[in-house]
This record gives sequence, structure tokens and C-alpha cells, in this order.
Amino acid sequence: MDSGALEPSLYTVKAVFILDNDGNRLLSKYYDPDLYPSMKEQKNFEKNVFNKTHKADNEIAFLEGMTIVYKSSIDLFFYVVGSAQENELMLMAVLNCLFESLSQILRKNVERRCLLDNLDGVFLVVDEIIDGGVILESDPQQVVEKVNYRADDNPLSEQSVAQVIKNALAFTKALSLIHMHTIYHTLKLFKIL
Amino acid sequence: MIKKFDKKDEEAGSGSNPFQHLEKSAVLQEARIFNETPINPRRCLHILTKIIYLLNQGEHFGTTEATEAFFAMTRLFQSNDQTLRRMCYLTIKEMANISEDVIIVTSSLTKDMTGKEDVYRGPAIRALCRITDTTMLQAIERYMKQAIVDKVPSVSSSALVSSLHMVKMSYDVVKRWVNEAQEAASSDNIMVQVGMVLVWLFICPPSCFSFIYPCLYHVMFPMHLQYHALGLLYHLRKNDRLAVTKMLNKFTKSGLKSPFAYCMLIRIASKLLEETEGGHDSPLFDFIESCLRNKHEMVVYEAASAIVHMPNCTARELAPAVSVLQLFCSSPKAALRYAAVRTLNKVAMKHPSAVTACNLDLENLITDSNRSIATLAITTLLKTGSESSVDRLMKQISSFVSEISDEFKVVVVQAISALCQKYPRKHSVMMNFLSNMLRDDGGFEYKRAIVDCIISIIEENPESKETGLAHLCEFIEDCEHTVLATKILHLLGKEGPRTPSPSKYIRFIFNRVVLESEAVRAAAVSALAKFGAQNDDLLPSVLVLMQRCMMDSDDEVRDRATFYMNVLQQKQKALNAAYIFNGLSVSVPGLEKSLHQYTLEPSEKPFDMKTVPLATAPITEQKTEIAPVATSKLPEKPAPSRQDIYQEQLAGIPEFQSLGPLFKSSEPVQLTEAETEYVVRCIKHTFATHMVFQFDCTNTLNDQLLQRVLVQMEPSEAYEVVHHVPAPSLPYNQPGSSYTLVRLPDDDPTAVSCTFSCTMKYLVRDCDPNTGEPDDDGYDDEYVLEDLEVTVADHIQKVLKPNFGAAWEEVGDEFEKEETFALASVRTLEEAVNNIVSFLGMQPCERSDKVPENKNSHVLFLAGMNLPDIYFILKGSE
Repeated sequence: MDSGALEPSLYTVKAVFILDNDGNRLLSKYYDPDLYPSMKEQKNFEKNVFNKTHKADNEIAFLEGMTIVYKSSIDLFFYVVGSAQENELMLMAVLNCLFESLSQILRKNVERRCLLDNLDGVFLVVDEIIDGGVILESDPQQVVEKVNYRADDNPLSEQSVAQVIKNALAFTKALSLIHMHTIYHTLKLFKIL
Repeated sequence: MIKKFDKKDEEAGSGSNPFQHLEKSAVLQEARIFNETPINPRRCLHILTKIIYLLNQGEHFGTTEATEAFFAMTRLFQSNDQTLRRMCYLTIKEMANISEDVIIVTSSLTKDMTGKEDVYRGPAIRALCRITDTTMLQAIERYMKQAIVDKVPSVSSSALVSSLHMVKMSYDVVKRWVNEAQEAASSDNIMVQVGMVLVWLFICPPSCFSFIYPCLYHVMFPMHLQYHALGLLYHLRKNDRLAVTKMLNKFTKSGLKSPFAYCMLIRIASKLLEETEGGHDSPLFDFIESCLRNKHEMVVYEAASAIVHMPNCTARELAPAVSVLQLFCSSPKAALRYAAVRTLNKVAMKHPSAVTACNLDLENLITDSNRSIATLAITTLLKTGSESSVDRLMKQISSFVSEISDEFKVVVVQAISALCQKYPRKHSVMMNFLSNMLRDDGGFEYKRAIVDCIISIIEENPESKETGLAHLCEFIEDCEHTVLATKILHLLGKEGPRTPSPSKYIRFIFNRVVLESEAVRAAAVSALAKFGAQNDDLLPSVLVLMQRCMMDSDDEVRDRATFYMNVLQQKQKALNAAYIFNGLSVSVPGLEKSLHQYTLEPSEKPFDMKTVPLATAPITEQKTEIAPVATSKLPEKPAPSRQDIYQEQLAGIPEFQSLGPLFKSSEPVQLTEAETEYVVRCIKHTFATHMVFQFDCTNTLNDQLLQRVLVQMEPSEAYEVVHHVPAPSLPYNQPGSSYTLVRLPDDDPTAVSCTFSCTMKYLVRDCDPNTGEPDDDGYDDEYVLEDLEVTVADHIQKVLKPNFGAAWEEVGDEFEKEETFALASVRTLEEAVNNIVSFLGMQPCERSDKVPENKNSHVLFLAGMNLPDIYFILKGSE
């Protein structure tokens, strides 16, 4: 936590990564070649960050001499890393932009499965927000427009299939009940449900 | 429609991660479908995603396989699927370093970057610049210049940012794009477009509005274009202070759209203020202060932080910054609270009184759920609060110290360290707290901070010495960090023998000899020897212990024990002083170098330390000078010193080879004002009979090339200028060195100080500022520099004597010379001490440069070494 003003530079973001709820890397980009140059160091750093942050949603942390802002959604964790002296609000702007943009292209399903199904779009979003550590864009609307990517309109995604089957089952059950019981009983059953 | 993921992936048993068990070879196999006609965008897209995913996971791709995949991928440029094309760009960027011949796609990318599809243009530029090397840069220069001034902001931004990346690779080429960057940054360009779009709005039927609107949006809110232009412009001009000032003036007047650009501008302004040491009445300071009222929190915080970090800020200037930070303390956003309290913590270090107004807000943050914020709040309060609140805060912090990360524990320790200096009476509370922390688990950095803190308390408060040493002894009983153990053992050896009961430390030290690794055992042996040398009654038992150490399995430990054993058995004070307390006063890299030299030129004579001190002693200066600044807590690296580098440079010049080893190099002295046409600074190198003046000159005029630059020197005393080595050529902004050799007067050894009047003489050739092409003929010119002084301090080298008393005894009475000087012009003791130290350029020993308050006499110990190999030691009292 050394003092000292920042050298004026556009290189604001040191790294950005997305982890799942076991701390596994789904996507990560390191922009400073001097910071964790090897894959092993990067994964160690991610592990350390994940262990310190996944329990409490505190938004900001200071680890290994780095300022880290983060956000979680269902089973995903988003991290943006900057130097110790960096303006925390700039890092927050990047994190918010990343999250909002993804939320839009994933149609609000910001969860692991959906993210992986649309991983190409996710790569493109990150590429539009940060280029080599420089913040390229911070307005999610602009990012989404530039990426021009829509998540698949797949009505039979895993979740919805389960939903359909469940509904069908409930319906047949209800039908058989009509035969066996009075309407009163059916209503009662619905009430219980 | 083809399903996004093939059945195969689903069945692979990968749970919900379709990428989990990807095989690189299988993916590369799949990549063969890139060659199929027609191209199936969906499937190709999926395979590209897999490749990028694998690269992202750290999968290693061999050059051949990567190149193969890369070349197959280039075929995908035939498809017009937007996402597929974009993923191709990403693949190019990811593979730029692993595949060969990536420049094969240059023409496809230049086509896209100049094409009609705006969506492709920005990303194509970024990909192109990623694969471009210095040789290719010329070829794309024209396109880059066009792209920078392109009317589509995203294209322009991409070009600007890519240019910034390429500055590292080829500064000279990118520098030529300054005018384009300037144009992109100026708002006129944007206003014209706004006008055009508004006209379009009027003449088009409403049905076109959906098409127009995005254009309008683009033009009205090119948020970051100015930010990127500003970043590039600053990077290209940062060495030209005048240009930076102009740029700042322009932007601060015209106003900016992007908050990021404001932040950048604030940073540039505060850097400029710092460099020019501009007063706080300058327009730059006004600009920063005005940013405190910006509507973006980001900008407000940046401005507050810039003000806080300025050196010599008065409490009145700080007040507005502190009050915005105070507001942020109660923000619902954790990041903002964190930022505010982190900055307040910094203010509290220098101006605790300025922060007292925020005490109430800080108290509220003590219970913040984000422990980082709570810790920073408490440590800030510790700095600003009164002595009475210390106990309460310490109790509060110990309740959650185990929950916070090591980084913040270090912050806590630093706060305690500062507190001890402020309230020396509280040291017992602190010492207790620190010893508890020392017992907890923690990493190396954390433990080292605690040990450093305890050591500084011991040094500041003599009465805490024994408790402190006791805690440290307990710590090394179970310490896994070799560095800390050896450090503490060294301290015990230094301080232990002088405590009332030295015998109790012997047990702790000897335990180390029995239990620890080689490095620690060796340090323990050295510490033991110091006890033996200073305490006669302990000597017999120390000798017995040494005897046991001589049977050690490690060479180093055994050698040390044997050596100390023999020295101690002589029972001579002088030997003890020379070989046990004060040890070797040469630095390790210096010694290493001269030994290496010795082995290169084998001679009959044995290697004699006495013959090399001139070669090696200068380097000790480096070490001793670092010592007072060692509070920065950086490990001292045995890297070659500044002096070593000079020695090598000077040895490379034939005229200076006969001068012998370099004795001392001074700090650089500025001979010009900072903002003149030519910036000259001088470094004085002292040799046995000569002095070399090294003039580092920088030409800050971009329309001139200087040649044959030399500095004429007129001495006031009997010094004789022997030789000049001119700097052959000084192009714009590339520093060069010219040397002047001066012979010291040998008949009058007292004539040590001298004043030289200096004039720089050179040949000027005008040249084109853009290309650097000089005219054929030039003219001679000269430039008067400030006078240069040679003083006593230039002839004296600092030597550190850790045990001054022993060194003094060693010299003996017959060399003692006593004289009394009256220093009329100084008023306080402290001033006198500082003046003497800086005038003589000698090393104060045993912290005797610190004058205790309320004393009217003081003894100063100084050690130094003069040119003809004479050590002299000065003991002065007033």
C-alpha cells in the first residue's frame, strides 16, 4: 500500500477474469506482462483471490498488492484487477460495464451454463471493453451494439425442457384426479399445490 | 438450425461445462472443416471458440500445429458471418505469438479496416496492430493515419489505442502521427458530424429514424475518443514539458466529455505540478480543485486523491479534498467507501489534524462488513486520535485481526509503528500487541513488518530494549523464515552484549546452532562471537560453545567457528574490533568483482584486501547511503551499484584508463534550470590524482542537432584542466555525455575546494523537427552554465563502523588530533550536526546524527576515508 501518485497512463486494467463457483477459470486475461507471467502464477493468484472473496460479497479487496473489484451472480464470479494506487471507481466502471453487457447478451441469465453456451459472445464483449489493459468502452449499451451478438433463441434449453415436462406431468395428474374425485377435491388439491 | 453444441459434447460426461474435457488434438482435428465448402459458420464458430478457450486455459500449442490451425482459419475470411469474422480477429490476436507467418492476414485485415462495414473496422485495426512488427509498420502507416482521424469514433479509438501499444515497439514512427491524434482529440471534428447528422434527421422520412438514431448516438457520445487521444498524445510528448503544458491548457479550457479523460488530465496536471514544483496558486492546481465539483464521483475522487498526494500541501488546501472524501465515507458503494478511507489514511500519515473532522464517520466504518474498510478506518483513527483512545482502538482491532488479509495486517503494523513514534509512552501496550501478532499465523511479509516494527521500537526507546529482545528471542525459537531468523540473530549480537544480563541470550542463540538450517547456524555463530568479544566473563563459555560448533557438518558454520575461536583466543581488543564487530566494510559485489579480476590476471602476490579498498570502498558508499532510507523496507539487493556502472563506463574511455580505480562519484548536480533549451547536469568522479567531470547533456530543441559538445572549465585554484572528451552528437531528446579531465594540484594538499566556471561549446546544425534530417552546414555556439564547486565532501568516502568505540580504540592515541572549532552561524545543535555531516561527507555512526531534545551537548561520531588510503574517524562534541 505504498503511496505515490500514479504515472499518467491509459493502462488501467491489469487483469480481468471470470471464475465459476468452484474457483475454476472460465475466462481470464492478463494485460501486464510483468504481472504473473506464467500460467501457474496466474492460477495461483486466481485461487488466492477466490478463496478470499467468494464467501462475502464485499465488492472490493486488496490482495497481493493489487486492488481487486468483484461481483458475483448465481454461480459466477467476475473480477477486475488494478494496481494498488489505481482509482477504484475506474475499475468499478469496467466491472459494471462487463456485467451489464453480459447480462444483456445473455438475456439476464448470468449463470455458468448460459455463459458457457455463449462463450464466443463473452470473449467478444471482453475484447470490446478492454484492449491490452486500456479501457476501450465503458457503456454497456455501446458494447452490446458493437458486439452485435444475440444469445441463442433456443426454447428447449435444459431449464425450459425440465419446466415443460414438469408442467405436463402436473397436467396429467390433474386430469386423472378429475376422473377420480369431485371438482371440490381438485380445487383443494390445487390449493395445497 | 444446427444445435449449438453437438450431441458428442453433451454425452462426454462433462456435466454442465461443455468445454471441460476438451482434447487439443481432437479440436485441431475438427478444425479441418474450415476447409470445407461451403463454410458452415455455426460449426466453425464453435471450433474457434474451443481453440480460444483452450488457449485461455493455458493449453500449450506447438508452433507447427498452431500455424496449421492459423492458416486453416484464414480461409474463414471468405464467410460474411459477422460473429465468425470477429472471432477470427480474436484468434489472430491470441495466436500472434505462437503461430508463424501471421502477417499472411495483413491484407485481409487492411481490407476490413478500410472497408464499408463499420462493425469490422475497429476490431480489424486492433488485430492488425497486434501482428505488425517494426518492419511492417511503414506499410500500414498510411492506413493508421487515416483511421485515427476517421469519423466513426470506435474506429478512431481503436486506432489511437493500438498506436499507444505500438509506441513501445517503434516510438519514432508513431511520433509522426501526433498531428492526426491532435485532430482526433479536438472537438471541432465532432461538432461537424453532429451538424451533419442533424441535417439528416430533418431531410429523412421518420421511417429512417431507427437507422439514424445509432449514428446520432455514436456521434453525440464518443465518450472515450478524447480519453484515448489524450493518452496517446501525452505518451508521445511527456518529455516535452512545454507541449504538455499547452495540451493541458487547451483541454482544461475546452472541457471534456469522458470522466476517464478528466481523470487522465488530473494525473497529468498533478505530475506537471510536481515536476515544476509549481506553487498551488497555479492554474493547474485550480483546475484540479475545480474537478472536486465534477458530477462524476470518479473524477471527484481522482481530484481529491491528487491533492492529497501533492507534496507540501497546506491544511487549508487539503480541506476541500478531505471534505469530499468524508462524504464518500457514508456512500452505499463499498468501493467508494474503500477508496475514501484509503485516501484519508494517507492524509493522516502527514496531516493527522486535517482528518480529525472525519473521526465520527471513521468510527462508523469500524464495524463495516468489509473488513478491509474497517481496518483502514481503525488505522486512520489510530493516527488521528488522541493518546487516550489508543487502548480502545487496539482492543477493537485485535477482535478481528485474524479475519483480515496479510496485506492489511501489514497496514496495522505500520500504523502501530507510527503510533510508537508519536506516543513513546505507549510502547509497552504496543509491544504486547505486536508479540501477540507475532505468535499468530501469517506470511513472510507480515512477519517481517512486525519484526521491523519491534526493532524500530527498540532503537527509539532504550527502556523497551529488553522486552523487545525477549519477544524476538521467543519468535526465533519457532521461526520458519531464514531471513528473519538471521536478521534477529544479527541484532542480538549487536545489542545483546550491551544489556545488563547478556548471559540469558546465549541459550537462545545456541539453540539455533543445534536446531536450524545452515544459514541460521552460521548467523548464530557470528552472534555468539560478539558476546565472547565484549563480555570477558562470558568468554570461557563462549569458547566452549565455539568448540562444539567447529564440529558442525556445514563448511560455512565450521569455518566461522574456527575463525572466531582463533581470534577470540588472542584476547586482543584491536583484533576483536577489526574482525568481529566491524567486519568487512566492502560491499559483496565489489569484492566479487575484484576477486574475479584477480583470478583473470594470475600473479605471484597473494590477494591483499589492503590493495583493493580503493577499488571496492566506493561501493560501500552506496550501501551506507541506502541505510538511512531503509525504512522503505525493500530488501537490499547485492546488485551492482551506481558507482560500479560509472566505473565501467569510464573504463571504456581510453583517456581515463590510466587513472586507476574510481574512488567516489558524487550525486548529480544540475548546472541549468530545469526548463532551458539544454539541460546539463554534472557528476564528479574522484580518482587518486585526478577528477573527471561527467556532463550529462540533453538537447530539448527538436529543430537542432548539436555536435562536438564539450564543456570548458575555468578553475579558480591550481587545478589543471588536462583533457576534454566531447559528446560526438546530441540529437533531440537523447541524452549524451561529455567528459572533462582535471588534475588535482599535488603540491598543496590542502587545496581541496575549488570553483569552476563552466561554458558549454558546440556546433549547431538546424534540422527538420519532423524527420530529424539536419542541414549540411552548422555554426559554433556556446552556452553559459552555472558554476560548479568541488568541496571537501568530494574527497571523502563514507565508511560505516557499526561499533564506533571499538574502531576508535583500534586507531590508537598517537594518531589522535584535537582541535576546537566554533560554529558561529548555527543556532541549534541539530542544525550544527546536519551541517557538519553534509560538509564533511562522512558517515555518522551509531545513530549519533540524531540529537536528543533538550540537550546542550552532543557527541557526534563520524567515519570516513580520504584519498590516499587513510581512514579517519572524527569524534566531535559541542
